[in-house]
Amino acid sequence: MIGFATRRLIQAMIVMLVVALLAFTMFRFVGDPINQMVGIETSIEEREALRERLGLNDPIPVQFLRFVTNAAQFDFGTSYQFRQPVSELFAKRIPATLELSFTSALFALVVGIPMGIYAGLNRESPVSKFFLSVSLIGISLPTFFIGILLIFLFSVTLQWLPSFGRGDTVQIGSWWTTGFLTISGLKALILPSITLGLYQMTLIMRLIRAEMLEVIRTDYIKFARARGLPDRLVNFRHALKNTLVPVITITGLQLGAIIAFATITETVFNWPGMGLMFLQAVQNVDIPIMSAYLLLTAFLFVAINFIVDILYFYIDPRLRVGRP
Amino acid sequence: MPYVSNEEAKAAVQDRSGHQVAPGRLSKVFDSDMFHSFLRSKVTVVAAIGTFILFMLAFLAPWVAPHNPFDLASISILDARVPPVWMEYADPRFLLGTDDQGRDLLSGIFYGMRISLIVGFCSVVAAAVIGITLGLVAGYMGGRVDTVIMRIADVQLTFPAILIALLIDGIAAGIFGGVDREIFAFYILIVSLALSFWVQYARTVRGSTMVEKNKEYVQAARVIGIPSVIIMARHILPNVMGPVMVIATINLALAIVTEATLSFLGVGMPPTQPSLGTLIAVGNDFLYSGEWWIAIFPGLALALLVLNVNLLGDWLRDALNPKLR
Repeated sequence: MIGFATRRLIQAMIVMLVVALLAFTMFRFVGDPINQMVGIETSIEEREALRERLGLNDPIPVQFLRFVTNAAQFDFGTSYQFRQPVSELFAKRIPATLELSFTSALFALVVGIPMGIYAGLNRESPVSKFFLSVSLIGISLPTFFIGILLIFLFSVTLQWLPSFGRGDTVQIGSWWTTGFLTISGLKALILPSITLGLYQMTLIMRLIRAEMLEVIRTDYIKFARARGLPDRLVNFRHALKNTLVPVITITGLQLGAIIAFATITETVFNWPGMGLMFLQAVQNVDIPIMSAYLLLTAFLFVAINFIVDILYFYIDPRLRVGRP
Repeated sequence: MPYVSNEEAKAAVQDRSGHQVAPGRLSKVFDSDMFHSFLRSKVTVVAAIGTFILFMLAFLAPWVAPHNPFDLASISILDARVPPVWMEYADPRFLLGTDDQGRDLLSGIFYGMRISLIVGFCSVVAAAVIGITLGLVAGYMGGRVDTVIMRIADVQLTFPAILIALLIDGIAAGIFGGVDREIFAFYILIVSLALSFWVQYARTVRGSTMVEKNKEYVQAARVIGIPSVIIMARHILPNVMGPVMVIATINLALAIVTEATLSFLGVGMPPTQPSLGTLIAVGNDFLYSGEWWIAIFPGLALALLVLNVNLLGDWLRDALNPKLR
């Protein structure tokens, strides 16, 4: 177990180093950082002084080392657009993205699991077929178009829910702002969360359904039925429990995907999260924000992967047997 | 080796998560008993006809479209934002209404679909070429070359394709500068899509190459002294193309969606050469003022196209892979 975890940890660190190298290359070689920082009227001497002060004349490996050291301390430089430290900009926007991602994941699980169980247990019923058709549409519609359709229906036509922003937020602690505590904040969360979570919901539903279909055919379920156990007990205690292993893995991995796809949802709903900021950075070639976003998401993905790997080890006893 | 297989399984899962449409998901919609497979083939027939019609409308756009949205002489700003024919204040010349510049929406959709499809096809071909080449080399050479290529693939697989495409687009914009962006937009888009989607081809081709290279015909070719490059290209390549076709079909739908998303986000095709995504992005601004058709109709066209291609790709996978039945 410890050997396994160490190996994984080393792999994760190598991945992070590769990503850091990429981010550094981007930061250092796409355009001249000095040109982005100063105005046109700055003289060549001043530029050179700034270059020297920022250490851009040092050998490349030294610069890379400094880049990594700074990044490890959440210092990603200054944004070209906003003239503010990138880390401050991110800190302001991370709560919005995390709350949106969390709500979407919750929506996907709370709606997807019951639908999947139902469709798996009653595979011939019209309701199951309806669920499957809905999920087929959910897969074929691009995320941003789902968002547009929802806005058109619920914001423009029915005028029930807001189509942009987070609503009123409450500040907790020094930098975290939450929309969970106000009515308008909660209302503002509904449409973006559905947009972002719909794809994951269909994924979870299909997964649970497929696993259920497989599990109820196994001998131990047949045996449980033969023992005369009530259906409810067989379905939920015996069958469902065994379908949850892959669901946990996939939910973990999907968490990363949700945070990445939040970029699209945040754009559609003008949600003030870090995805929207990243997109604006891409449009305006704000390299420090781009490289910081790359590093942050990479870190999130690698961390989630690592945790899921370890969890897998705990959840599935079969993995523990016959392995040093 | 349970960890390796576990790893592979996870990679497959990530394939699903990262890219918008998953292999193996749609096929589970219908199970394999007789009634369902009959139903499935019916769906496939409909999807095939649908895809064919949409492709024809797109590629024959200059001949079938009622107007030419790029002909500045024929469009008039006075026709701007005319609603579809069944609504009040409609104009019978414009079946689905017009956009903000007075261009016929139906024609715009045909032309937009053409651009979406061209970008889709080109990026699928480019991704396949990169992926197949690297997969062949990795599988045939093995050793350190293999390790390096597959490690890169693994790392890339942890990121959703759309993020990679966005990053590449941003970097390209940084290199070329804002001025020339419109000229290069098409090529940048194809490169960023190709670099986002090559991994799947590489993994698949590598797998089949490793099986093929131990077969007798390859050993025979090696014994008589044929150079490795020719063995890979002439002997192994034709035998690993089956799965590649399936991935290519599914990835076409994926590429179309990703392109539309990028264009919608404003980093894909510029408004001067609008794809379906660009049309939706333009229409999105008018959604709130009640001119819903400008965004909704191109969106529906996109969804229809993707759904049909997806269904076809699904059927193709099942047809070419008896193991999945």
